Amino acid sequence: MSKIGLIIQREYSTRVKKKSFIIMTILGPILFAAIMIAPALLAQLEDDELKTVAVIDDSYAFAPVVGEDGKVFHQVLKDTKYIKFDYLIGYDLDSAKKQLNGSKYYALLYIPHNIVNVGTGNAQLFSYQQPNMALKMHIANCMEKHLEDIKLHKKGEELGISQQSIQEIIRVVNSNVEILTYKMEEDGKETKSSTEISMVLGYIAGFLIYMFVFMYGSQVMRGVIEEKTSRIIEVIVSSVKPFQLMMGKIIGVALVGLTQFMLWVVLTFGLVTVAQAILVDDVKMSQMASPAGDITGNTLTSSDQITDEKAEEFVEVFSSIKTINFPLIIGMFLFYFLGGYLLYAAMFAAIGAAVDNETDTQQFMLPITGPLVLSIIIMVSAISNPNGSLAYWFSLIPFTSPIIMMVRLPFEVPIQDVIISMSLLVVTFIFMVWLAAKIYRTGILMYGKKVSYRELWKWLRHKS
Amino acid sequence: MKLLSLSQATLSTKLLNFSIFAQLNLMSMDFLIANEVEKKYGSFVALDKLNLNVPQNSIFGLLGPNGAGKTTFIRIVNQITAPDSGGILIDGKKLSQIHINEIGYLPEERGLYKKMKVGEQALYLSRLKGLSRNDAYKQLKYWFEKFEIAAWWDKKVEELSKGMQQKIQFIITVLHKPKLLIFDEPFSGFDPINTNQLKQEILKLRYEGATILFSTHNMSSVEEICDYIALINRAKKVLDGNINEIRNRYASGIYEFTYKGYFHKLAATLTPSYEILETSEVDGISNIKIRLLDKSISENELIQRMLEYGSVQSFSLVKPSMNDIFIRVVGESQKSDNI
Repeated sequence: MSKIGLIIQREYSTRVKKKSFIIMTILGPILFAAIMIAPALLAQLEDDELKTVAVIDDSYAFAPVVGEDGKVFHQVLKDTKYIKFDYLIGYDLDSAKKQLNGSKYYALLYIPHNIVNVGTGNAQLFSYQQPNMALKMHIANCMEKHLEDIKLHKKGEELGISQQSIQEIIRVVNSNVEILTYKMEEDGKETKSSTEISMVLGYIAGFLIYMFVFMYGSQVMRGVIEEKTSRIIEVIVSSVKPFQLMMGKIIGVALVGLTQFMLWVVLTFGLVTVAQAILVDDVKMSQMASPAGDITGNTLTSSDQITDEKAEEFVEVFSSIKTINFPLIIGMFLFYFLGGYLLYAAMFAAIGAAVDNETDTQQFMLPITGPLVLSIIIMVSAISNPNGSLAYWFSLIPFTSPIIMMVRLPFEVPIQDVIISMSLLVVTFIFMVWLAAKIYRTGILMYGKKVSYRELWKWLRHKS
Repeated sequence: MKLLSLSQATLSTKLLNFSIFAQLNLMSMDFLIANEVEKKYGSFVALDKLNLNVPQNSIFGLLGPNGAGKTTFIRIVNQITAPDSGGILIDGKKLSQIHINEIGYLPEERGLYKKMKVGEQALYLSRLKGLSRNDAYKQLKYWFEKFEIAAWWDKKVEELSKGMQQKIQFIITVLHKPKLLIFDEPFSGFDPINTNQLKQEILKLRYEGATILFSTHNMSSVEEICDYIALINRAKKVLDGNINEIRNRYASGIYEFTYKGYFHKLAATLTPSYEILETSEVDGISNIKIRLLDKSISENELIQRMLEYGSVQSFSLVKPSMNDIFIRVVGESQKSDNI
């Protein structure tokens, strides 16, 4: 094996065997998957406990309809799998409130007498715990629906329209508008696209590059400092050229980064697919089990159905994710990750060589943190205007292009922009590696000297 | 059967003769030649037109005070830095990349990867010197067993003491059987027992054919193991040659002898051409150290006069220690530089 190959192998194998690498590789996908499936999952978890709500209704408008045999014929406030209503008669609010603590009731719902006449109004919900959104929404939905029904009934009678016609009118006027975006192409083909997905994707890609460059770049720097402080450097440079050692380290660490990225992608997709399958199944099951499909059937009131809605959204997000050109995005991501990483890792290596310990690195970090932080700031505006002049220029400048171009890419970028940006990046990182090698070569054998920018400039002008 | 053993005997005699001739032939050759080597760092001159000849199969001491330019020279031989002008020949060939695997270098500032395991690290470093994985493994097994440190193989370097780490570094330095070994202060950090073991190993490596460049401040070890030395001060070579020849050259008429007889009578005949440095007498036997001020009195003449008044039990010319020579030569060159 060639010497540089040996160095790459060592840098790679010592790093992937580290505990921190293994932990990060496992935690990363769990975190990403959690972010993607948490909303759907949370909606489900919320309601797994039966909550009984006591109802004191001064308006008497929300009483359940009870048949002669005492069976409940029709509930206005509908029970669900997780919520049960107890309609209390003969209690006043104050005494009920006093008895609430320690009773079987989770909450007390008070409906004032004037709610029907006024048409809008406030009901009050008393409880010792903050009631969740699903419960509040369910009560509000039931009450709104019932009040609407009452008013429609009244108005219908006034105007002499039959209830059937009213229901018919409601059905006919019910409208729902959604904007679907399509991307046109020169050859007349159209593909369904999603602006939101592109934004999210751009943001994730940009941020990942930022994170990877910082994480792995500083690993290179720490590696160089380690070799310097442990004094093994002199033995190694008597066997290999300093340039081979520097490049071996940079490439080895890059491979570690790529390995981690690949594992993240595979594990995240795996986790999300499994979670998606479980969730969708779960929703279907609960749909069949609960008597949610009521007589009117045109309102979504139960919290099961809210979950159902979320799951549908979830499936929809997945189907529009499929419209994105993933091979292109991933390919470009790898290019900009490597390009950006090489550019900055060379700088990190030079800094590591110039100092004796990590605390001395601060004064040289500005050329690295400056452009990277600037990229993150510009990323925000580039996402909202991916073809504006700010996004355009910073996606060409090599120090910011790895992040900004990744933000622009999901929105389709003119091919010439991409080519210019890529070639500028390649030229710059070659130049930077060459520059860094000069500093590195001198710096690694220099001890006990506080180095300044002026000193670095001298090293750059040294002949080999 | 008899015939066979006879012919074997003649063959081995021939081989022996041949190897002696080869040895003699090689002895006359210089393995490393530095020719007008110059190196400057900005305006600071680290090496000023240095010429050095390191004979084949010798132990060559590279001496000099701190900052004299020894490390710079060693780095140039290791091709860590390049000279501004001048050149170096190794085994008759211009120094180049091919020599990297033929040199073993133990720097003064040395260390290992702290978090890496001993065996893994030793394998890695010897493979960087061009050994195959298998060869490196075999060699390491041999050395680890020889030094009785096989149990360290799977330990992390940071778990070992400084002396233990030094031993491993020594092994790594010699593992690929380099023709040229460069040791910079090899004994620092070792206890006397390990120092001795290391000295034996170094002598053995020379015996096996290696040429050894040895840089140190420890003058007693120089006297013990070096064949040749060069003394560098302020970027310039101020003294070089065979160590015995140098010590004789710097011997300044000091003699040490044990004498049974009338020393005061002997002393009277020598007046005023000597100076008594030390005398001690036990049971009529004197231990005496004198310096002859009159260089015209030869050793033979001195002994003849001694015999007139008693008997000489031992007599020797006292050679100056390398330490004395070092201090004297460096002091002189400092003075002449200041003028």
